[in-house]
Amino acid sequence: MKLRANLVIGGALFALAILVGLLAPWLAHTDPVMDANLLNAEEPPSWTWWFGTDGQGRDIYSRVVYGARISLTVGIVSQLINSVIGVGLGLSAGYFGGWWDDVVNALTNLMLAIPSLIFALAIMAVLGPGLTSLLIALGLTNWSFTCRLARASALSLRNQGYVQAATVLGYGDLRIMITQLLPNMLGPIVVIGTLGMGSAVLSEAALSFLGLGVRPPFPSWGSMLSEARDQITTAPWLSVFPGLAIFLTVLGLNLLGDGLRDILDPQSRSRRT
Amino acid sequence: MLSFLIRRLLQTIPTVLAVVLLVFVLFSVVPGSIASTMSDDSDPQVELRMKKQLGLDQPVYMRFGAYVARLATGDLGASFRTREPVTTMIAKRAWPTLQLIFASMAFAVLLGVPLGFVAALRPGSLVDTVSMVLAVSGLSLAKFWLGLLLMYLFALRLGWLPSFGYGDGGLKYLILPAVTLGVSPMALLARTTRAAVLEIMTADFVRTARSKGMSETRVVKWHVMRNALVLILTTMGLQFGALMGQAVVVEKLFSWPGIGSLLVDSVLQRDIPAVQGSILVVVLFFLAINLLIDVLYGVIDPRIRYA
Repeated sequence: MKLRANLVIGGALFALAILVGLLAPWLAHTDPVMDANLLNAEEPPSWTWWFGTDGQGRDIYSRVVYGARISLTVGIVSQLINSVIGVGLGLSAGYFGGWWDDVVNALTNLMLAIPSLIFALAIMAVLGPGLTSLLIALGLTNWSFTCRLARASALSLRNQGYVQAATVLGYGDLRIMITQLLPNMLGPIVVIGTLGMGSAVLSEAALSFLGLGVRPPFPSWGSMLSEARDQITTAPWLSVFPGLAIFLTVLGLNLLGDGLRDILDPQSRSRRT
Repeated sequence: MLSFLIRRLLQTIPTVLAVVLLVFVLFSVVPGSIASTMSDDSDPQVELRMKKQLGLDQPVYMRFGAYVARLATGDLGASFRTREPVTTMIAKRAWPTLQLIFASMAFAVLLGVPLGFVAALRPGSLVDTVSMVLAVSGLSLAKFWLGLLLMYLFALRLGWLPSFGYGDGGLKYLILPAVTLGVSPMALLARTTRAAVLEIMTADFVRTARSKGMSETRVVKWHVMRNALVLILTTMGLQFGALMGQAVVVEKLFSWPGIGSLLVDSVLQRDIPAVQGSILVVVLFFLAINLLIDVLYGVIDPRIRYA
């Protein structure tokens, strides 16, 4: 029963976030950046201003709706980069072994020694703020778990009969890795990827909060909360809605990841962590 | 035991060197020179003088060599901004960060482990469902959002606690930042503990203990708890790294004068020696914690040998 609830609630929340992002121009009441009007500054939530307005009179509801685009883009794209790097390195390391395996292992250990948010912060410092920098910084710093998993799977799969059969048939290394090994490790990798998207959304928000993410005035949930901090005494509602949006999106991804794990990786059902 | 310690210490040396190299390379490829962003007027002569002063006119490999040589003597260089030695800057801020990290971990362990235990002892019950819903929610919160809400409620509305700052370093200043930072490791520990206990409960030695008439309390105390501890400890070790990362955000939110806020301020001001130094110290701390945990494994579980 619980298995279904995870998947359904998680999937619904994530789908909702995607829909909001896609339909932002139709859902938003005003332009999130241009429609500033000091006459409407710091209005509390009401029928006209669903989530209230900020210090410059911009509609918070519209900004939260548009903010979904940044969060989801960063979450999905950066996690895809991580998965490709992790699978590429891990799969090839497990399959080929030897010195390449040692190199990949050393790289993975290095990545695990630096807290990923701090590493991302350092990369942002070098590249400067902006969406592209965010994608690079978060896409390069969270692949170690995927890599370990892919390596372990490749190690255990490469001596299987069907892989040897493929070798005998004259399949090249790349073809074996992609057509024989990859499909057999995809389940757990999708699970890690889903959970990774959630943490990427959180990291984007954190970096934007620190002033190192998306440049203002473009709406990102993290930078909206950063502005909200200064107005917490006069306009506390500014702090509520962007954070709630982050929470629901990440909760959706975490529940979805848990639910997928129950289905795709039945062994872990009892030791779910 | 001693030889194990020495070997583990030696093993961390390549990692530390690799981190030093990585951090150095990362910041030596910064587009635009630091001197040009620091001098207000774009007089090329001033820029040149500043470059010379900061040693930036040397080739990269020379700078790296000099950097490592200075590191070996514990010298992290001088801040570009304040000219203060980075070692001094970090030393001043180490204690607040340690206070914050250990207080959050204590909060996480004291709340998360019992929560996971209670949940696992009655799987499927209301307590179990509620604590696991709380746990997954705790993992999905943006730390600084939770911090903002706590700040609003407990500092601004109720006035029970100071809203930010370090004050005299007293407990009341520590509570809000530590709780904010501790929520996600707490959630993770609750989930790990629950999963570990559930698995151990089905183990043969638990069945044996029960069948020889051992009371349930003793079974849990002697067999389940001790075995779960290894998994809990592993999770704690990994969480220290995440805590160091998240501390950056929480320290910034609460204006906590620790290494995390030093790192963010230095990044924003492009104070490269301070950035390099802070990252290095964070990594060393993380490696030290993991070493400590490896040693503790053997204390908790004598089956683990330091072979």
